[in-house]
Amino acid sequence: MVAVADEPRPLVQVRTRGDRVFRGLATACAAVSLVLVSLTLIFLVKEARPALGKAGIVNFFTTSVWNPSAGRFGVAGLLQGTIIIAGVALIIAVPLAVSMALFINEYAPGRLKSVLTSVIDLLAALPSLLFGMWGFFALKNRLTGAAAWLTQHLSAIPLFRLSNPKASLVQSSFNAGVVVAIMIIPIICSVSRDVMAQAPREQCEGALALGGTRWGMIREVILPFGRSGIVGATLLGFGRALGETIAVTLIISLSLDANWNILERGGGSIASLIAIKFPEASTLERSALVAAGLALFLLTLLVNLLARRIVSRTATK
Amino acid sequence: MTALVPDDANAPTLEQPAVEDIPRQVEDRPRRGNTSSASMGEAAVAAGAAVAGSLALRLVLGWDGIMGTALWAGLIFLVVIYLILRDRHGREPAVDRVVTVLIWSAALTVIAVLVWMMAYLTVQGVKLLRVGFLTQDLSSTGALDKGGGMKHAIIGTLEQVLIATAAVVPIAVFTAVYLNEIRGRMSTPIRFIVDALSGLPSIVAGLLIFTIWVVGRGFSGIAGSAALAILMLPTITRASEEILRTVPDPLREASLALGAPHWRTTARIVLPTAQAGLVTAVILGIARAVGETAPMLLTAFGADTTNTSPLNGPQGDLPLAVWKLIRQPNQTANDRAWAGALVLVGLVLGLFIIARWFGNRSARRLGRAR
Repeated sequence: MVAVADEPRPLVQVRTRGDRVFRGLATACAAVSLVLVSLTLIFLVKEARPALGKAGIVNFFTTSVWNPSAGRFGVAGLLQGTIIIAGVALIIAVPLAVSMALFINEYAPGRLKSVLTSVIDLLAALPSLLFGMWGFFALKNRLTGAAAWLTQHLSAIPLFRLSNPKASLVQSSFNAGVVVAIMIIPIICSVSRDVMAQAPREQCEGALALGGTRWGMIREVILPFGRSGIVGATLLGFGRALGETIAVTLIISLSLDANWNILERGGGSIASLIAIKFPEASTLERSALVAAGLALFLLTLLVNLLARRIVSRTATK
Repeated sequence: MTALVPDDANAPTLEQPAVEDIPRQVEDRPRRGNTSSASMGEAAVAAGAAVAGSLALRLVLGWDGIMGTALWAGLIFLVVIYLILRDRHGREPAVDRVVTVLIWSAALTVIAVLVWMMAYLTVQGVKLLRVGFLTQDLSSTGALDKGGGMKHAIIGTLEQVLIATAAVVPIAVFTAVYLNEIRGRMSTPIRFIVDALSGLPSIVAGLLIFTIWVVGRGFSGIAGSAALAILMLPTITRASEEILRTVPDPLREASLALGAPHWRTTARIVLPTAQAGLVTAVILGIARAVGETAPMLLTAFGADTTNTSPLNGPQGDLPLAVWKLIRQPNQTANDRAWAGALVLVGLVLGLFIIARWFGNRSARRLGRAR
């Protein structure tokens, strides 16, 4: 008799019925996200078409008008305004958030470490409405002073100039940017902290053993290792800042034209435009607002996917 | 001192015990030794110089704001401490100290902002916070009247968030199971899509539900739930996936080796092990959703009367009610908004603390499993 064991046999994976049901269920649930994103794109494009058709796609992105009765729409200024506010937010948030991340990882004593991690998580969970209210009522007056100081002492920088000396300094892009900065600190901090915590410990200790200072170790080991993580975290924060609605709407006074004098009253934000105009909009204006929303969605989508890609590349390295 | 190059093959090889043998505390010793011994005195000198210098500048140049003075004081402090330390210990320790000061101040700034915000909220919010604030609505209360409360909005928020959670949790957990347990062919595209959804601005989620649902059926609480569900889905999915990843593989292998089918392994071993962590993920998702305002503008719409049915007509919502009241130019409405915001933050804080508690349990449990 031939020994059966010597014959190679095909390896078949047998799945029980329970397993097939389980896999089917999980796959179906996973597909929901796919359906959602496709639905978002399909419905937004469908809804946006009447307004885009009337105003012209090129005009929609290159002009700054909002005249629903004439059917003329353009979000060029608002797009720039959105980016200005998010940019101001980034410039303030990134140094603070990365310092906070380094502080938690490298400087804070043991117990403070877990407390601070909780504080950052809590900051991320607070409603944006609260940031807006606080920014409007508590921060506004102090920021006006800061803005006056900036424009007096640093007017060499064009962004800090005023169009006329009497211009109002409240409800500015700067004001909104500061509040949004505080809102995006948690995301930048926690993502960059996670990446920097993965810097190889032996190299850090080696740097110290060679006589380096703590900053020497951070500069030569941790920051180079975490660089792309920080870039990715920054982009994630940028995406969050672009889409922020409530806090920005409470603070700025909406202007259609791009206002590059960031300390001055008036700034643009697509999300605010939607929040302010939508409740009382006519059908055509609604369509235009959906088109603006679509533009915002595509912008944040691009920024976010880029960010995730950069972060996950470092995480797997 | 030259810059350190960690990977340099030419770096001097030191005849020292292997890194593992060195107790971790050693990390701190050299720096303490060469910078911190006299640093209190140095800091005091620098602080004195900073205060004196900035006050002198203030007098000479006639500033009146606090900002310039503070900024100059900080700058002078950093420069003086740098110069003193460079003189005593050399360039590298001096830079190290200056950076330490900068990083501490950044961390303190972030904490101070949070404390300031919470304190401001509490002071503004307790003015009107009474039991009646939670048990009355605004249906018969005029804009300037005393009394009235947020009952309508609290009921609305709780219903909307509950419905959204009930709908989204199974989908999110199953998606996480698909991504981490089944690891099917579609894993990469699904993960990509979940990332895309996580960047969806909340107002766009509102727009989407508006065009799909509200245009035909009118505003309702359930439309709000749908928008919240879209926003919660990616958050909870990603967090759950992270949690499932921490379940050690030997547990799965042991179960499979005993002959349990894949679904039983997942249902009886993986999910129970990760249970506390999953609860944390869900609660944090809920805490995020409770405070969402923007999509509610276009879906639940808000109302001043108590509407307990999420299916019929506009329904109140706590953040939305706060938003509407804070935009009114009258003090009573604003006070009401602050009290509402305090209730809202209380809700978020409560959820957050529960999530932390479960999170700690999960960490302990996974520690045991390992």
